[in-house]
Amino acid sequence: MKRRSFVQASLALGTLGGTLSMVGCASTGTLPAKAKVVVIGGGYGGATAAKYVRMLSNYQIDVVLVEPNDSFISCPISNLVIGGSKTMGDITTPYDNLKGKHGVIHARDRVTSIDAAKKTVTLGGGATIGYDKLIVSPGIDMLWNSIEGLQAASASGQILQAWKAGPETLALRRQLEAMPDGGVYAITVPLAPYRCPPGPYERASQVASYFKKAKPKSKVLILDANPDVTSKGPLFKKFWADNYKDILEFRPNHKAIAVDAKSKAVKFETESDVKADVLNVLPDMSAGSIAMTSDLANVNKRWCNVNYLTFESTAAKDVHVIGDSVLAAPLMPKSGHMANSHGKVVAAAVVAQLSGMDVNPHPLLTNTCYSFVNDKLVVHVASVHQYVAAEKTFKTVPGSGGVSAAPNELEGIYAWNWAQNIWADTLL
Amino acid sequence: MRLKSPFVAMLLSGIAATAASAATPKDTINLHQRALAAMCANCHGTEGRTTDGSAIPSLAGMPREYMVAQMKAFREGTRPATVMHQLSKGLTEEQVQSVSTYFSNIKR
Repeated sequence: MKRRSFVQASLALGTLGGTLSMVGCASTGTLPAKAKVVVIGGGYGGATAAKYVRMLSNYQIDVVLVEPNDSFISCPISNLVIGGSKTMGDITTPYDNLKGKHGVIHARDRVTSIDAAKKTVTLGGGATIGYDKLIVSPGIDMLWNSIEGLQAASASGQILQAWKAGPETLALRRQLEAMPDGGVYAITVPLAPYRCPPGPYERASQVASYFKKAKPKSKVLILDANPDVTSKGPLFKKFWADNYKDILEFRPNHKAIAVDAKSKAVKFETESDVKADVLNVLPDMSAGSIAMTSDLANVNKRWCNVNYLTFESTAAKDVHVIGDSVLAAPLMPKSGHMANSHGKVVAAAVVAQLSGMDVNPHPLLTNTCYSFVNDKLVVHVASVHQYVAAEKTFKTVPGSGGVSAAPNELEGIYAWNWAQNIWADTLL
Repeated sequence: MRLKSPFVAMLLSGIAATAASAATPKDTINLHQRALAAMCANCHGTEGRTTDGSAIPSLAGMPREYMVAQMKAFREGTRPATVMHQLSKGLTEEQVQSVSTYFSNIKR
């Protein structure tokens, strides 16, 4: 074959690539024995990585996405389902387009083990898939042992977390609906780092907003292991003081150590026990379970260290870890937007490496995180993170980023439009 | 649908191998530019195309000089914004030029 440009070859493959993607149509039970890229986890990180490996390779590199669910349910905006102004349908998007439009092979399964030496993953259903590059985006897992009694109380449905959007999101909403007026909802916040720094405060605000309208004699308690609100603190605290003064109470330095599901009580390291009608107890968190069991979580056996230029694990060659499981660089939040950004950097790096190109030495990450303080008003935090070669990490660009001046309705509109656009960017 | 012929598989891997070795410096520049522009897509849509009726503007097909001027206005505070005055300060002049060029060449 004579000299042929990358783009021309890619175009030639357009039709064939589409055919190839159907070979492993998971709904027929047929999966390829090998794919150039396998992605574990279809959240903001993994789904974005799968789509962008396809796009950035001009649909030349085949991708298998291993994700047990048929639809993506968004954590961002899920607090509004708990507050009652949005529904599960509003935050749910099927994975169909990743296959139909982008030719990603969707394996409806979980990865049970990774063999980094043989470069294979084994699925719960028994299939083994080889890879050239593995992208691991498993989100977070609960460290149940950090709070005595919590795992059993969670399994029985008595004390929920609802920190992975899904059935628990709705179950928590139902508990709040069933709670009599005059009751207490308490959320405990673990020590940072945890998934979605402002999430607990947004959720408490949503519940307070609901109580103010529907159950005005009820109370919201935030029992925080941290010494202060960990994200957007001044904005949240001012809004609470101005709007939820007699409803919401914030108590810092409350590190939960045990729960009793029967008496609906939480015990703390130093402070007195607290009882509540609806308990929402968040334990410490770690990298997702497949990262833990495959020894990718090599920082305190909790988070995954990576080469930030490519997100390749420092524990295993050709295995890249992204999203909440990654040991965060300074001021890098564990957020959906950030995971989507990771997904693009890793996609570009993997496409470059598989195509004989240089990896971008100056990757950039953005983050915009909106929090609803009631059903309409929103505050944000935004940041831009650049790779600093001398320190081999991402750092925020000096002078960039910031927060809202005050809660406002315009950002409420932008926040909802942000959600629509990032869901489309991740999945459609 | 199953892959019918080993010949097709051979053909595919052959083309893929050729493509990999044929990547030119321009391909690399294009990949990096496209990945940088993808950082705008979280809010402004894949390839700068937002969802229908979005309050956030599409960037696809936006004239290059206009976008460069808007980014400058955001940075200098002459155009009011909710987040763009903060995010625009995170890009170098070269990066602004690069993403503006990229989106101006995308069909609306």
